[in-house]
Amino acid sequence: MDIVEQIISGDVRATARLLRDIDDEIPTSKEILKELYPHTGKAYVIGFTGSPGVGKSTLVDQMAILYRKEGKTVGILAVDPTSPFSGGAILGDRIRMQRHFLDAGVFIRSLATRGHFGGLTRSTNDMVNVLDAMGKDIIIVETVGVGQDEVEIANSAHSTVLVTVPGMGDDIQAIKAGIMEIGNIFVVNKADREGSRKTIRELRNMIEIGCRRGGSNGWEPPIIETEALKSRGMEELHGAIEKHRSYLLSSGEDKWKEVIEKRVRIQLIETLKDQAFRTLLDRMEARGDSLDELVEKVVDKKSDPYTLVQEIISRELG
Amino acid sequence: MEKGRKLRILVAKPGLDGHDRGARVIARAFRDAGFEVVYTGCHQTPEQIVSTAIQEDVDIIGLSILSGAHTYSFPRIMELLKESNAQDISVIGGGIFPLEDIPKLKEIGIKEIFEPGAKLQDITDWVTTNIQPRQAVALKAR
Ligand SMILES: Nc1nc2c(ncn2[C@@H]2O[C@H](COP(=O)(O)OP(=O)(O)OP(=O)(O)O)[C@@H](O)[C@H]2O)c(=O)[nH]1
Ligand SMILES: [Mg+2]
Repeated sequence: MDIVEQIISGDVRATARLLRDIDDEIPTSKEILKELYPHTGKAYVIGFTGSPGVGKSTLVDQMAILYRKEGKTVGILAVDPTSPFSGGAILGDRIRMQRHFLDAGVFIRSLATRGHFGGLTRSTNDMVNVLDAMGKDIIIVETVGVGQDEVEIANSAHSTVLVTVPGMGDDIQAIKAGIMEIGNIFVVNKADREGSRKTIRELRNMIEIGCRRGGSNGWEPPIIETEALKSRGMEELHGAIEKHRSYLLSSGEDKWKEVIEKRVRIQLIETLKDQAFRTLLDRMEARGDSLDELVEKVVDKKSDPYTLVQEIISRELG
Repeated sequence: MEKGRKLRILVAKPGLDGHDRGARVIARAFRDAGFEVVYTGCHQTPEQIVSTAIQEDVDIIGLSILSGAHTYSFPRIMELLKESNAQDISVIGGGIFPLEDIPKLKEIGIKEIFEPGAKLQDITDWVTTNIQPRQAVALKAR
C-alpha cells in the first residue's frame, strides 16, 4: 500500500507522518495532498476559538465524547503558540483530552503556530483535508488562544464556536467589532463563576444589534452557558452545533454552497500566496539574489522596498 | 537535518505520584532549545504514552520518573513501540533510578538516563546531538 491508500484506510501512523511533512513544508507532501483531495468533502468541521484559558480544550474534549456516542469518528487539531524567542513550543492542549487514547475513533494532533498569525497554523486547512480523507466524520479545530481578532477559523470551519467566560469585558468589546463574522455559536464557559448572567446579557445585546444591522443571514447565534469541567451544558452546545449544521444544509442549496465556496476560496488564495512567494524566493536564490542584500540596499538608502519588489516581480514574473 | 524540519518531543510522566514540576521544567527547557514539546502531564499509562507519541509523530519520548515506576513502565513502553512498529521513536528517561537498574534500562533500548543532578543544558544538548528529525515519507511504497 502506498501512503495515499494507507491514509484513506485510516492508518494512524501514516496520517501522523504526513501531517508532519505538511507542517514542515516537505515538497512531496503536496503531491500526496493532491491525491487525497478527491477523497475529501465528507467531514463536518467545527472551530473552537476564544482567549487563552477560557476552556476550549475542555469543551473540545466533551464534544468529542458526545460525537463518539453517536458513533461518529473525530479528528482534533489543537493549536498552541510557538515561542518567538526559541522557535520551540509547548503543546499542552492534550492534557484536557486524555480519555480518548484507547479509542481508535479519535485522532488528536497538537500544532504550533510557527510564526503564523490568525489563530491557526499555515497549513491547518491542508491538515483538515487529510483528516477528512482519512475518514473522520467530525473535525474539531481549536485555535490558539490569543484574542478575538483571530478570525481565520471562521473561514475554515463550517460552524465556529466562540468561547468566553464571565467577567471578560475586553473580550466582549473585541467581539463587538465583528460579532456576526466570527461566531455561529457563543459559549459562556465557567458559568460557575460570578457574572455569568451579565456576560450573557451583554452578548445577547450585541447579537441583537448585529442582527438588526442585517448581519444575521437568517441565523441568530445562540448563547450557551456551560461548565465544561462538570459537563454542564454539553448537550445544549452539541445541540446548537447540530442546529447550525441543519440550518446550513436546509436553507436551500445556497447557505451550504456559500460555506463550501468560502472555504475553497480561502484555501486557493492561501495556497497561491504561499506557492507564489516560495517560487519567487527560489528563483531569486537561483540567481544568487539574497534577501540580505536587498535589506542592505534599503537600509543604505540605495533603494526602497517598493522599487525593489517591483523590479523582482517584473524580472521573475513579467 | 532536512530544511524546515522541527524536532518533536513528547514529555510524559508515567506512574501514580501527583506532581509534575520536574516534567514541566524539562518541557520548558526543550521549548527553549527550539523543539516542539507535546506535554501531557501526570499519570500517564504506557498505552497512553505510546498512542500519543504516534499520533503526534514525535522523534523522541522523554519520560520523567519519581517513584520507581520505571521497572514496569519503561519495558512496557518499549514493547508497545515495537508492537506498533514505531521503534524509530527514541526514549530517554530522567529522575531517580537505582544505580543497578540503569544498565538494564539501556539494554531494553532506553537511549539515555539522566539523574537528578543532570543540568538542563546537558539534557537538551544530548537531544540535539543524538536525535534527528525523521525523514520525509515517500509518495509511493518502496
Ligand atoms: N471553574 C471552571 N474551570 C474550568 C471550566 N472549564 C475549564 N476550566 C479550567 O480552565 C483551565 C483552562 O482550560 P483549557 O480547556 O485548557 O482552556 P483553553 O481555552 O483550551 O486554554 P488554552 O488552550 O491555553 O488557550 C483549566 O484549568 C480547566 O480545568 C469550568 O467550566 N469552570
Ligand atoms: Mg487549549
